[in-house]
Amino acid sequence: MVAPNPDFYNEIAAAGGANVKMCFQCGTCTAGCPSSKETAYKTRKAMRMAQLGLKDELLGSDDIWQCTTCYTCEERCPRGVPIVDVVVAIRNIAVKNGKMFDAHKKTAGALIKYGHAVSINDEVKAMRKELGLPEVPPTVLANDKAKADFDKILAKVGFNSLVE
Amino acid sequence: MAKYAFFLGCIAPLRYPGLEKSTRVVAEALGIELVDLQDASCCPAPGVIRSFDRKTWIAAAARNLALAEKEGLDIVTICNGCYGSLFDAAHELHADPELLKEVNEILAEIGMEYKGTTKVRHFAEVLYNDVGVEEIKSKITKPLDYQVAAFYGCHFLKPSKIKEIDDAENPMILENLIEATGAKAMPRKNKMLCCGSGGGVKAGFPNVAKAFTGTNLENMKASGAQFIIDVCPFCHLQFDTAQAELGYNIPVLHLSQLYGIAMGMDAKELGLAAHKVPVNL
Repeated sequence: MVAPNPDFYNEIAAAGGANVKMCFQCGTCTAGCPSSKETAYKTRKAMRMAQLGLKDELLGSDDIWQCTTCYTCEERCPRGVPIVDVVVAIRNIAVKNGKMFDAHKKTAGALIKYGHAVSINDEVKAMRKELGLPEVPPTVLANDKAKADFDKILAKVGFNSLVE
Repeated sequence: MAKYAFFLGCIAPLRYPGLEKSTRVVAEALGIELVDLQDASCCPAPGVIRSFDRKTWIAAAARNLALAEKEGLDIVTICNGCYGSLFDAAHELHADPELLKEVNEILAEIGMEYKGTTKVRHFAEVLYNDVGVEEIKSKITKPLDYQVAAFYGCHFLKPSKIKEIDDAENPMILENLIEATGAKAMPRKNKMLCCGSGGGVKAGFPNVAKAFTGTNLENMKASGAQFIIDVCPFCHLQFDTAQAELGYNIPVLHLSQLYGIAMGMDAKELGLAAHKVPVNL
């Protein structure tokens, strides 16, 4: 027997998932969801859990991380529920609660280190040069001041301590 | 001449620089001036960074939007992920003055402000809506007779109620863009199925991502496609790197590379050496 937890629903609402209350559980989302065909993630079930604020069920399972954010569910939802926003809200709360996969920590680490989601390496520098492109693209990678600015933004929002 | 701030993102410049190169060449041929958006960062990636922390995502996106605003230019990107992030972030910031204020308090830390004027465009959509298929056809010097699979990815068209580019279930914009080269976009089953890599799934659950990719490849092969044509370096990466293990061998080209070929670009300039699935033109 599960017990509804309005506090956790309110936390999801505050994180951007408020409109999950519009869901009337028709299941159109699950029917079209490619992840629901391959994994235990079931969109309709996740939306119901969010409405009821089932914290342990939502945060205690990997299911919510199986969504590729393809928006098929949201396009078809007859109630206009911003389903991807709800998924993102739950994931944000999971991360705040220290639940993060090592592979995702690695991506977050790349963002902190490079200002990009992937590294720069000698192989790509050589390829860029051969194509007549600057070896280092003209992004934060090529300007220390810009990277320092980017770092200040991450520090201000507390990203580094969040994902460590 | 239309002028845009070219937002590079991560995967194109750092994994498949041929996509960046061919975009520059094709844009020039079509009368689009691309000015490098200096000092930009990751968009940041919507599936991962936004999933970790929405505030980080929107603040870093706002910095990128503000860099373009300072130049007085709208942004153009060749990546669905960057398009998804920057378009969606701009949409939220332009609709919500309180959020804009909150984000500007963060940007003030580095002496920046975002006023909320930057438009974000996908290169494919600029080609279709601003240049037009007929004009593109007039620049084709080497008509192609390939049979190909048009791969949209997800964040080019969706959420369709804010992007308003084409129908989300059965769009034709990419087929029309592809067929301007003479190539034929083959109809296939479930053409809007995600490549599998978005939302942090590629990193977190690579086998789930590959299951999506495998279904797509099966449908593409059955359609008789000789090439996969994408509009997103992340889909491109997934299709290019997952095929060996999945037992397929369909070369992958970004739309910019397809146009580059049809406009007579030398194969050496397309950056095909970065591709895992060999591309024989």
